[in-house]
Amino acid sequence: MKAAAFDYARAGSITAAVDLLSASEGRAKVIAGGQSLGPMLNLRLAQPALLVDIRHIRELNEIRQTEEGCIVGSCVTHAAVEDGEVPDFTRGFMKKVAAGIAYRAVRNRGTIGGSVCHADPAGDWVVALTLLSAVALIEGPGGRSEMSLQEFVTGPFSTQLDPAQILVGMRIPRLAAQARWSYYKFCRKPGEFADAIGAILHDGSGACRAVIGATSGAPRVIEDARFLVERSDPGRMGSALEAAGVAHDPYEMQIHSVVLKRAAAQLAA
Amino acid sequence: MTLKKSIRITVNGRTVDADVEPRQHLADFVRDELLLTGTHTGCEHGVCGACTLYLDGKPARSCITWAVACDGGEVRTIEGFDDDPVMGELREAFSAEHALQCGYCTPGMLVTARDIVLRLPDADEARIRLELSGNLCRCTGYVGIVRAIAKVLASRKSSARGPG
Repeated sequence: MKAAAFDYARAGSITAAVDLLSASEGRAKVIAGGQSLGPMLNLRLAQPALLVDIRHIRELNEIRQTEEGCIVGSCVTHAAVEDGEVPDFTRGFMKKVAAGIAYRAVRNRGTIGGSVCHADPAGDWVVALTLLSAVALIEGPGGRSEMSLQEFVTGPFSTQLDPAQILVGMRIPRLAAQARWSYYKFCRKPGEFADAIGAILHDGSGACRAVIGATSGAPRVIEDARFLVERSDPGRMGSALEAAGVAHDPYEMQIHSVVLKRAAAQLAA
Repeated sequence: MTLKKSIRITVNGRTVDADVEPRQHLADFVRDELLLTGTHTGCEHGVCGACTLYLDGKPARSCITWAVACDGGEVRTIEGFDDDPVMGELREAFSAEHALQCGYCTPGMLVTARDIVLRLPDADEARIRLELSGNLCRCTGYVGIVRAIAKVLASRKSSARGPG
């Protein structure tokens, strides 16, 4: 399998990348690690006229701690998170998620921003960072803007990003010392795309949020997920799964409900 | 046809200047242009692991990495490990433990195995299997491969402790 012909340009700065994207009138794709786009190109599911390589832009590789948490540049790799190069401000959550993404050779190249922009429903970061209420930092011809990740991902492989905008990084809030999390994903083989993902975050002061991932749509947030952990209302899980769009298929329904229950059990443990 | 781009990369310690079509992936580049056919192409979408080589010091899938994107980088293919002591130990253990049959997956397996040995010196069998999950072998059933890696890990541990 060989990719269709495309041109390639390496951007030296965010401005240069935005200029290249603007000039290409929607026929370019941004590439960072290329671990999702590479297969798409080889399978000819994507046939852009131009690849704009942003991997070497210094600012996109930076990790900056703030009082509220951390700003992680788009081109930070999964392996960097796995190896602890990103300071642990999520009580081990991001490290655990990173270590479970695909395979080490993929994690060495694949980036957090690339994964978010690819917005594969079975991707780990769209689910994990939605759970953390992360904010997407965007730059385009109109300047800088930001929006919650929950808003940013609009559907399978779809985001709010305009063709001339790039995701600069993610602002991720720090978890409180008493916060607890769980992340359970079901794959038929380690490293495979997940069939179902369940993630729960208890902030330690009563608020409890969950995300249903690897559905056929954007990650589905359950804002008040106490019923999952307390196992107080089994009917509500059914309606949450229905709202996540998995009710049409008995297998999907079964696997997602089991994954959510296991995530709840993990949190309680 | 798209215009070729000039790149300069280091391959197995040698500086290579080449003009490449942007759509050429790194595996095809090292195989077709440099005749380093030790790197194998299997699935060509990043799943089977046969094309795994070292890129900038870390294992990477060369079938989903564009040669043009490696400009300025450093590539080490299986041919570049002839004198590498860890790879030497692994080659010997792979032979002794029947860790290959047809040999198609072997270059990628050895690259991943070397990464396991150097990055995870305390890996147990379960961890070795987990780390190997991105390299498919259709001959051996993995038992020999896991055993070969475990053997190298164990022998490195006992030699680190020294004799006696």
